[in-house]
Amino acid sequence: MIGEMTINEIQEGIIEEFAGFEDWMDKYAYLIELGTDLSGLDAQYQTDQNLIKGCQSKVWFNAKLEDGVVKLEADSDAIIVKGIAALLIRVFDNQTPEAIMNADLKFIDEIGLKQHLSPTRSNGLVSMVKQIKMYGLAFNHKVNN
Amino acid sequence: MTLDPNKYRQDFPILSEKIYGKPLVYFDNAATTQTPVQVTDIMLEYYNKYNSNIHRGVHYLSNKSTEGAENARLKVQKFINAEHSHEVIFTAGTTESVNLVANSFGECYISEGDEVIVSEMEHHSNIVPWQMLCQRKNATLKVIPFNDNGELMTEKLEDLITDRTKILAVNHISNSLGTINPIKEIIDFAHSRNVPVLIDAAQSVQHKKIDVQALDADFLVFSGHKLYGPTGIGVLYGKEKFLNEMPPWQGGGEMIQEVSFEKTTYNELPFKFEAGTPNYIDTIGLGAAIDYVEAIGLDKIDSYEQDLLKYATEKFEAIPGMKIYGTAKNKTSVISFLIDGIHFYDMGMLLDQMGIAVRTGTHCTEPVMQHFGIEGTVRASFAFYNTKEEIDALLAGIEKVCKMFGVKTA
Repeated sequence: MIGEMTINEIQEGIIEEFAGFEDWMDKYAYLIELGTDLSGLDAQYQTDQNLIKGCQSKVWFNAKLEDGVVKLEADSDAIIVKGIAALLIRVFDNQTPEAIMNADLKFIDEIGLKQHLSPTRSNGLVSMVKQIKMYGLAFNHKVNN
Repeated sequence: MTLDPNKYRQDFPILSEKIYGKPLVYFDNAATTQTPVQVTDIMLEYYNKYNSNIHRGVHYLSNKSTEGAENARLKVQKFINAEHSHEVIFTAGTTESVNLVANSFGECYISEGDEVIVSEMEHHSNIVPWQMLCQRKNATLKVIPFNDNGELMTEKLEDLITDRTKILAVNHISNSLGTINPIKEIIDFAHSRNVPVLIDAAQSVQHKKIDVQALDADFLVFSGHKLYGPTGIGVLYGKEKFLNEMPPWQGGGEMIQEVSFEKTTYNELPFKFEAGTPNYIDTIGLGAAIDYVEAIGLDKIDSYEQDLLKYATEKFEAIPGMKIYGTAKNKTSVISFLIDGIHFYDMGMLLDQMGIAVRTGTHCTEPVMQHFGIEGTVRASFAFYNTKEEIDALLAGIEKVCKMFGVKTA
């Protein structure tokens, strides 16, 4: 099934949700909640191949192509990072490879998580996004060939 | 007289900064200490009034800069009580100092089948250069282990040192555990087996008075930016006899005596090891940092930091689920910790939101983390400008994080 909402619509939804938070504590409490609620990955998928490099915490993304859309799962040993991964899944899960490839990620900036985008070793949000885009690219190639 | 941190905090403008609107609590001193205006002022003055490439200049400015930088060498000499000022080599920092010795000493004295000894609690910068050397030379790297308190098992040296051991490199104070190692004892024992010793003093020069002659250290290395000085400047102390025998590591200007395409002869110490334009303004800054620290007194600094450590440790130990990594009897003002159920990265990120700067991760000591079977820790490291009120703020911050994670704190 092609996702009913576009990547942009989902991003708008997240931005609106975060606009309701009064301070950083609410925002992070929400990320903790998202991280806690994300079902995570079976141990069999917590492989080196799925591990995102360059993070202080461990993050695994698993992706597969099903009925023309990308199915994403993720896990992390740090809850806030897992919460951020949950947001990325919300945005990209069930989208076509092409939509993922062309997506303009604006919500991270808008909800004040931009500091986590710095290209340091720390939490690797950059690496997570890059990995998802790579999956998009690879699956798009598969679809078109 | 006990040290009053408030007397000195004004020297460090950054300590009055607000982070996300909250007062900064800076507890990442083991990574970089802050720089007082006494240091930055003099550097600015040199840039604005005297900046000129040093050595061999005929003009006033060059002489003035040369004098400033060479004066700093004398300050370092006095600071660590080296016998000669030419035993003080300026480098980019501790890492470059270790690399210089690993390359130059290694070239000179280490061959196939030889051994180099380091400890299990070294910073990567005191492991990897030796590992690279051992790979080049087909030599063996051996490791002094530590016990679960984070204390080196020096009794193992008896068996570790053999007649193939060519050098032993060990830190004075561990950056991730805070352990103060018995370096005098280690040096004496190594010397009884004719093994020279390199001391990584990156974490100790800011806390403890160092006397290279009393220690009889063969090499001792440290950085300016952990001693309230600028970044990009460090020191290699080496005994004259070794430095004279060792070949230059990097070639370039300054380190030569005569150059022709047939033959180049090298300059004398210390210049033989200082190729290219030296980092003279940071060198001058380092000299000013040493003046600053000495004016306060390292003994006073150390005893106040020990007070902070004791205060913090007692409060930390009372937190349920708290585990402190590094519980050596002799410790400096570093607390590496984890709380059950909370990832170090989550802890660090949330403390950051409260304006509290701590370090998280492996602290460039992955073997230490492997020893404890963990991925990393949160590390709070205190300097003399920190206060008990700031430690209370950290404790309140930790409590808040625990609450956010539903972890009970009492």
